[in-house]
Amino acid sequence: MSVPSLATGFDDPVQDGQRVFRAVLDAMSRPGRIVPLPRLPEIPAGLHASSAAVALALLDLETPVWLDEAASPAAKWLRFHCGSPLTAAAGDAAFALIADGTRLPDLDLFPIGTPDYPERGTTLLIQVAALAKGRGHRLRGPGIEHETFLDAEGLDEALWRHMAQGRDRFPLGHDVMLLSPDALACLPRSIILED
Amino acid sequence: MSATLEGYNFAYLDEQTKRMIRRAVLKAVAIPGYQVPFGSREMPLPYGWGTGGIQVTASIIGADDVLKVIDQGADDTTNAVSIRRFFRRTAGVATTTRTEEATLIQTRHRIPETPLREGQILVYQVPIPEPLRWLEPRETETRKMHAFADYGIMHVKLYEDIARFGRIATGYNYPVMVNGRYIMSPSPIPKFDNPKMDRNPALQLFGAGREKRIYAVPPYTRVESLDFEDHPFEIERWERACALCGSTESFLDEVVMDDRGGRMFVCSDTDYCESHRPDRSEQEAAE
Repeated sequence: MSVPSLATGFDDPVQDGQRVFRAVLDAMSRPGRIVPLPRLPEIPAGLHASSAAVALALLDLETPVWLDEAASPAAKWLRFHCGSPLTAAAGDAAFALIADGTRLPDLDLFPIGTPDYPERGTTLLIQVAALAKGRGHRLRGPGIEHETFLDAEGLDEALWRHMAQGRDRFPLGHDVMLLSPDALACLPRSIILED
Repeated sequence: MSATLEGYNFAYLDEQTKRMIRRAVLKAVAIPGYQVPFGSREMPLPYGWGTGGIQVTASIIGADDVLKVIDQGADDTTNAVSIRRFFRRTAGVATTTRTEEATLIQTRHRIPETPLREGQILVYQVPIPEPLRWLEPRETETRKMHAFADYGIMHVKLYEDIARFGRIATGYNYPVMVNGRYIMSPSPIPKFDNPKMDRNPALQLFGAGREKRIYAVPPYTRVESLDFEDHPFEIERWERACALCGSTESFLDEVVMDDRGGRMFVCSDTDYCESHRPDRSEQEAAE
């Protein structure tokens, strides 16, 4: 009987975690900017190297995570490296890891926070095939000097509609990280999206 | 660079605490001006000395950052010197007094005079993060006011200032509206610095250790100082220039020189002042 092997985590959890976080902070404070992520030594099944790195940097025992079907092969890896509780109830999720961006779950099932505590809205990590700047959807809002354009391949158009409607919900809402295999771009709830 | 301390994690805080603070920082950036509660930790210095700012800095700083720390604009005061030394010893990072060279600037009560650029991060130490606290002591109530953007109480306060003094008498910690949604305390910076927050290309993060709150202003975000049409916001002006560098643009401190009424006005921002002084070699040649 063979021992099932598990992909490793960061080589240097302290420095790698910091570098990944700073990339995420850069992306979240400048929506639409495509920020490359440091490489991981091994990539767990079901995930991109980018989303695995973000998971290692941000998830731990305090963050219930919801996985879509495509991300479920990474469940063991997440439990082992991050220690996060996995939840089947979208309403309990601090983070949602959606490995198949073409098949989004019903995003309205995830919490958007409350007027008193808007930060309790779920952070959605959505894997896409590729990110492109300079074309696609026009973004404005905090973190963007004038305007910027972002497009994603392998992403359900419903996501853009969902974020465009977010303007009416603000300050409640979802914060989104779009993860191509080696980079990320963020759409915080403060984004102004029109087509 | 001095040797780093043994027996502590990089930048003092443990990794789980850093992740908790990092998640709070990301939510703060996504909701500009909203105060995100966080599990503030006991730090090896007392509340009021910048425990909030230090925890934010410790959670974001990396080995290749260049750190600058100022206290009331000065790089050479006790608080600034000890915090700079803290990070040199616990993180082994390079430090500087030059605003242009720094990637990360922790500040107590000033924004540097030298304009910040994209990619820099400014971390404020905040004593009282709640701008409505002196008007409404109950957290349950101020939280509702923010939730419903019910800010009448703040405008009444500013109006009462005008009724009593003929002008808005607040000189520091002057309330601002961020991104047209949340009223935010800019921390006790002089109102002179308020216009610098507006659409600043740098990321601005705020940490309050005792009150356990983190908030943020992303780059290029609208930050408006509250005012009235007939009483527009104004910053303070001086009739004199800095006695050391001659600047008429910067925020001046009044220094008492003797017990016979002698006064001197000098820049509060020591780095700005030093870089604007007439060239030393020229001075020496003239002597």
